[in-house]
Amino acid sequence: MLPELGHFAVALALAVAILQTVLPSLGLAFKRPALLALAGPAARWQFALLVLAFLTLGYGFLVHDFSLIYVANNSNTALPWFYRLSAIWGAHEGSLLLWIVILAGWGYAVSRRVHELPADIGAIVLAVIGFVGVTFLLFMLFTSNPFARAWPAPIDGGDLNPLLQDVGLIVHPPLLYMGYVGFVVPFGFAVAALIKGRLTAAWARWARPWTLAAWTFLTVGIALGSFWAYYELGWGGWWFWDPVENASFMPWLLGTALIHSLAASEKRGVFKNWTVLLAITTFALSLLGTFLVRSGVLTSVHAFATDPARGVFVLGILGTIVGGSLGLYAWRGPRTLAGGSYSTISRETFLLANSLLLCVATMTVLLGTLYPLVLDALGMGKISVGPPYFNRVFVWVMAPLIVLLGLGQSARWKEDSLHRLLIRAALFGGGALVLAAACAVSLAPDSRWRAGAGLLAAFWILGSVLAGIVQRLPSRSIWQTLRGLPLGFYGQALAHAGFAVTLIGVTLTSTQTIDLHTRAALGATLSLGPYEVTFDSIRDLEGSNYRATEGQFTITRDGELVRIVHPQKRFYQVRGVAMTEAGIVPGITRDLYISLGEPLGDGAWSVRMHIKAFVRWLWFGALMMALGGFLAVRDRRVGQPQLAGLEQTNALGRTS
Amino acid sequence: MGGTLWLGCVLTAAAADIPQTFADLLHAARYERLLEELRCLVCQNQSLADSNADLAQDLRNEVYRMVTAGQEEAAIREFLVARYGDFVLYRPPMKPLTGLLWFGPLLLLALVAMIWRQVARGAAAPSAPLEDADRARLQALLGSRPD
Repeated sequence: MLPELGHFAVALALAVAILQTVLPSLGLAFKRPALLALAGPAARWQFALLVLAFLTLGYGFLVHDFSLIYVANNSNTALPWFYRLSAIWGAHEGSLLLWIVILAGWGYAVSRRVHELPADIGAIVLAVIGFVGVTFLLFMLFTSNPFARAWPAPIDGGDLNPLLQDVGLIVHPPLLYMGYVGFVVPFGFAVAALIKGRLTAAWARWARPWTLAAWTFLTVGIALGSFWAYYELGWGGWWFWDPVENASFMPWLLGTALIHSLAASEKRGVFKNWTVLLAITTFALSLLGTFLVRSGVLTSVHAFATDPARGVFVLGILGTIVGGSLGLYAWRGPRTLAGGSYSTISRETFLLANSLLLCVATMTVLLGTLYPLVLDALGMGKISVGPPYFNRVFVWVMAPLIVLLGLGQSARWKEDSLHRLLIRAALFGGGALVLAAACAVSLAPDSRWRAGAGLLAAFWILGSVLAGIVQRLPSRSIWQTLRGLPLGFYGQALAHAGFAVTLIGVTLTSTQTIDLHTRAALGATLSLGPYEVTFDSIRDLEGSNYRATEGQFTITRDGELVRIVHPQKRFYQVRGVAMTEAGIVPGITRDLYISLGEPLGDGAWSVRMHIKAFVRWLWFGALMMALGGFLAVRDRRVGQPQLAGLEQTNALGRTS
Repeated sequence: MGGTLWLGCVLTAAAADIPQTFADLLHAARYERLLEELRCLVCQNQSLADSNADLAQDLRNEVYRMVTAGQEEAAIREFLVARYGDFVLYRPPMKPLTGLLWFGPLLLLALVAMIWRQVARGAAAPSAPLEDADRARLQALLGSRPD
């Protein structure tokens, strides 16, 4: 009975979503404010109905209602309760439901703030969110219904994919979806601006906090996914350039371009049409990512061709929304890229250059992700595009981006002199060079150049951030000045510093890591860099829904105990699959990472051991970026009425 | 969240995950490098170094045999491509079919540089005085400001 209620709630949500789209549109066409005002309540009802549907599905998992096909396929009586809950989004149908609930959640959030906007703009944003909701609800009801029943119900379920039985999965997908579905809000604002033909600085001011919030979620989501892969997959990798990862990385890159372009549009009234285009394409890439992941096209182009129902449906959604909005842009969008006045050397031009470069980076990832799919679909042969391609190409796109980032950080709004800029850059650039060289000299010769270059890039950014802070310190009380600086300023400083920290992590992990894949006999002591690792014992143990073999390794350094770790090899009976649980000793400058391989006879095991240099910095940097985004959202000036329009455009460029 | 095929590669209790030993350090480095750049053919997206699939182990053994026999990297690559096609290489070979893949980013960079130059030049030029129609529109815009 309850699942039917959930199913019914979804159908009702579809009806409400249709109203949420149609009524405000009619109100707009016939100038009826009463109809415009219905968008808000519709958004709230839609969210409430979808939350209800979500809860009923969750209840189905909790009470083991295996008459639900989705529950039967993804849960099991031996599955602990928290994994039963996260199993809601453990496979296709439920992920889609989560996607839609979060979309409706953003709609709800907008409806709470809609009174701060002109009535027509708010109504259009909600109508756009409603329309996206309509398409995805149709998709779910027609091709991927999580409430479908089977009778007679199986005695027990097929279990959740063991790879997903982890705390990481409980939080990773919701955060990720919060991020890339959240870009629907700036997308809605873009459509509203185009329809109304009002592309003011106020527009950027409204869209900015929403964009920052979505970007912050996406940043945390991606970082968490990377961290999860690191400790769960068993070989210590943290980024694979897998199409599924790229699907979330592309909206992140473009979203990053968008928040910078929005900043320029809001503060200086420039590039507004470029910003609008970015808002559209960022959400388009979110949809493309959804298509890639949800259509099955990644598993095999041919599987997609033989069972195209889902893929064609999402492709249709993608075509309608992206085609429609780009058509609108072509029709209503302003003609010139510039607008506002600024000189060739100014913060504006650096921001523009960097958002263009971020687009190139995005296109590069897109090219590498789609190229093999397209070749295969056209029957032109099968190729693989993997990390060796992406790493190589990406570095060349990021290098100019980083150079310009440092310069742009120190450039003034509106106008700056090249001379002044170069002197300043020479100061912190020189400092960065000396520091990077000093670090590189202490490293092993074979990786010295690559590591040195990466560190130079990171120090260059840190230097520019530091210079940006120093620049704002007048001669009087430093403390007062620092307290007076707006949150948004600290936000951007923190985010850029976070980027540098991530860069340090990436550089040092990929050049200074020590790997050892070896045979370990019971009782043997192996040396791993400066550490001694002893394989003490091995034992079997019984988990709630798996059997495990657990090794014990004692790690010492110069005779002193560092840590005893217990890596496991788990076997999940229901699906008949094995998983590794690595033994990890976390540290600031290195992680020790030990994972158990296979028994090799005579009590010996194959063991993988790594010293992952500075690997935590990677995720810590990402958290700094996210915290920076959070601070910027919290900045009272962002999204609040202040100097707008012409006054602001003419105000002399003060950076903050 | 990945297809079943891929999961098979991560999760199957693989027959063997045998650590290899090398007399020559150069060989060890060559072996590691090759494993990173070769694809496990039955996995959705994993290198030979990372995959636990049986076929991956077979291929690792094959690569090990060739490396310890003193074969050059390029020769080993060629051998594998002849047997399995370009699909086995994670770094796609440079040929007409992959031209756009390798040079696309460069073209994009050039395009972006051109766009930027155009805009920067436009920025440097003194802005034209507002025409009456624009001025009227501007007034309308400011008038319709929400705050």
